[in-house]
Amino acid sequence: MKDDEYIPFNEEKGTESIKLDRREFLKLLGGGIIISFSVGDLFALQQRRRGSGYPEDFNAYLRIGEDGRISCFTGKIEMGQGIITSLAQMLAEELDVSLNKVDMVMGDTALCPWDAGTFGSRSTKYFGPPLRQAAAEARAVMIQLAAEHLRTSEENLISKDGMILMRKKPKIKVSYAQLAKGKKIERHLEKKPQIKHYSKHTISGKPADRSDGRQKVTGEAKFAGDIRLPGMLFARILRPPAHGANLKNVDTSDAERMKDIQIIRDNDMIAVLHKHRDVADKALGLIKAQFEPSTSKLDNTTIFNHLKDTASDGSVVTEAGNLDEGKSQAGKTFDKAYFNHYVAHAPTENHTAVVKIEGDKATVWASTQAPFRAQGEIARVLGFPSQNVRVITPFVGCGFGGKNQGPQIVEAARLAKLSGKPVQVAWSRKEEFFYDTFRPAAVIEIKSGLNSSNQIVFWEYHNYFAGSRSSQPFYNIPHHRVLSYGGWGGRGGGGSPHPFGVGAWRGPGSNTNVFAIESHVDVMAEAAGMDPLEFRLHNLTDDRMKRVLRAAAKKFGHSFSKAPSGKGYGIACTDYLGTYLATMAEVNVDKRTGEIRVDRVVCAQDTGEVINPEGVRMQIEGCIIMGLGYCLTEEIRFKDGRILDENFDTYEIPRFSWLPKMETVLVDNPEMPPQGCGEPAITSMGAVIANAVYDAIGVRLFVLPMTPARLIEALNKEQNVTGDKNRSIPLPTIS
Amino acid sequence: MEKNIHFKLNGKDVRLTSSPERMLLWVLRSDLEHTGTKYSCGEGFCGACTVLVNNEAVLSCQYPIQDVSGKEVMTIEGLQQNGKLHPLQTAFMQHNALQCGFCTPGMIMGAYSLLLRNPQPSSREIVEDLEGYLCRCGSYNRIIPAIQTAARTMKGQRS
Repeated sequence: MKDDEYIPFNEEKGTESIKLDRREFLKLLGGGIIISFSVGDLFALQQRRRGSGYPEDFNAYLRIGEDGRISCFTGKIEMGQGIITSLAQMLAEELDVSLNKVDMVMGDTALCPWDAGTFGSRSTKYFGPPLRQAAAEARAVMIQLAAEHLRTSEENLISKDGMILMRKKPKIKVSYAQLAKGKKIERHLEKKPQIKHYSKHTISGKPADRSDGRQKVTGEAKFAGDIRLPGMLFARILRPPAHGANLKNVDTSDAERMKDIQIIRDNDMIAVLHKHRDVADKALGLIKAQFEPSTSKLDNTTIFNHLKDTASDGSVVTEAGNLDEGKSQAGKTFDKAYFNHYVAHAPTENHTAVVKIEGDKATVWASTQAPFRAQGEIARVLGFPSQNVRVITPFVGCGFGGKNQGPQIVEAARLAKLSGKPVQVAWSRKEEFFYDTFRPAAVIEIKSGLNSSNQIVFWEYHNYFAGSRSSQPFYNIPHHRVLSYGGWGGRGGGGSPHPFGVGAWRGPGSNTNVFAIESHVDVMAEAAGMDPLEFRLHNLTDDRMKRVLRAAAKKFGHSFSKAPSGKGYGIACTDYLGTYLATMAEVNVDKRTGEIRVDRVVCAQDTGEVINPEGVRMQIEGCIIMGLGYCLTEEIRFKDGRILDENFDTYEIPRFSWLPKMETVLVDNPEMPPQGCGEPAITSMGAVIANAVYDAIGVRLFVLPMTPARLIEALNKEQNVTGDKNRSIPLPTIS
Repeated sequence: MEKNIHFKLNGKDVRLTSSPERMLLWVLRSDLEHTGTKYSCGEGFCGACTVLVNNEAVLSCQYPIQDVSGKEVMTIEGLQQNGKLHPLQTAFMQHNALQCGFCTPGMIMGAYSLLLRNPQPSSREIVEDLEGYLCRCGSYNRIIPAIQTAARTMKGQRS
């Protein structure tokens, strides 16, 4: 078969500029065999329409290089979640190469096609299946080339470990490297080729160690802050003491007297730059500035009332039946409110970016979950065409949604342009806490009722600013309505309900919703006189959820009793965008100090076909540990626009000593396509711990985090409390 | 006032002129371009910047450069010997005791210092010793057995 018999790439679709982009794009790749394909992530495709000069008929591709190495180019990024390994497994499996032959090229806007960003546990779920098909297509191309090379027909050939062999004479073979040598073939995946049945898998579905392990244990792994360029300056920027506080006057004269310090003032931005970061820090400390006070008068004690007061009209997320009809059937009714405070992402690596400008081109190294969004923003700020801005995403040190936004990238770009030097902006921990897009404080109110057979007959759900993900009931409730009065995002200030920016936080919306839903289910279970597992199974018709609950219960090994049993056992389950999970926990509560000790957590998860069992377990474990933070301690304290928590001395995140015994169960479900697993398990943590605490001491906490002070207060009141004094929201009571 | 400062970094002589109160972290990361040691909290609350000075773990973000004069500094870059990974590095890989990897260099240097003092630590001793080291990804449960695996390997190498 000649090269020209391969499907040429479709040029009719594109405009002139897109065609040029594409040629440049492919030119960068050199020789080898390239399979381009589209990722059928509808969300991503919709996002893409918002303007991008990239070719439209594919948004990912892989290459078999002349050296036989396989490269997968994707705009997705690696921030610890492990897709660098799991996506490579999917590719290696279908292409029949060993895993160590695969290189993942991620988040580089010059080499990788457009991508909306890495969030929502979407990468394996949406990127994986088309990647598999592309790999299968690549394998078919190898077979075709080998047939020509070996002068035989395709049926006589098989692929194995990077080689094509004669089926009956396996000594006659040719390697992928030999086949790719001197070739320049591009093929667009049009049809969906047959992929392997999971039962034939030898790489996918088997535990694989992290492929980035070696780089990360040696210190060789580069993060954005590790980029060093000749002449690079570190910039520190003057910040207001509070959100909404405007600069009144500033005196930079002391800083100006420091040796080799460059000071840049550009509208709202005052920055000091030096070749050493710490010297820039020192110079920043010498700037005297006065700010107007913030107009915000909110703090942690007033925020929940404020949120309810500023809420707009609700919109229906989902509804069924007729609430009045449901209410008429209810013998027992319940009316409760659940609250959670602002929570920080607190990534280990602070927001960082390096920008180098040469002529009308910019190169950017950024700690970001959305390199293409960053590319667009920088192009706009610098007045460059998008294609002149290359964003490279090195390893990212945690994201959790906090790096979807990248104001530090724009800051570095502005300063690079103004200073004429490459500039690094790496936020301090204090800036990280100040400019984080926190998980929003939120209020959930639930009214519900049971009939005489202890079935939930109505469910009325009011969601103030949590975000609606995971708020759809998965229990069998004939009459329900779920209303949302505002989502999880927002810039903060002005007309916004929040005094500062809020945004997606690992499992956005769901953490708050599952806390409320699954706490409330336990409230009803007790009133029904049933144990919480029995009550859930009684009200579920979804067999998949029942199976996950039973799998967790089996591993948990203890039987539940009607709460409070004094045993300290908790349970919660949820459906996170198609991943089902059930979590069970054992806690100990010290009534004297108010401290909650989580001794054991079991999590059973059905995430469909599992690509890397080791990777899934790591994500579940990470979710459990990180989740303990928002359950027990993590709460951003703020007052009048100031963020009072500025570092890990007062903002306590989980440590070694918090570690519970953890057990994970991967519920076998290979027939279902792979679902996401970076976020699901964290969303059940609030409820499972709140329910376990109630089971231990008969006191329910309705506010996250469940700090010792709130627990003591609740104990003292000997009734349900919300943790906030002088609040006008009625205290939750059983009606 | 700048001073001449002389110390050993991963076995090699380093001479530099610097103001003495600058923190070791920044001298390592910017002057000497040893970027394996990470900046995270900058105030000594997280352990990410941990290096060894005369075999003791210190928080380099809080450690003035003048205090390393005449001493031996070891960073994550100095842990490999002749291109061979240290047992701690191998064990962290084996146990997948990391996710994003940003805290890993500090964590490994902290563990290295622990094993110097206590070659066979119990889980409890590891927890107590490394309590000040934060891992936001939550790899604690894998770091503990990784350190114990490394301890066993090192014992084997000594005997």
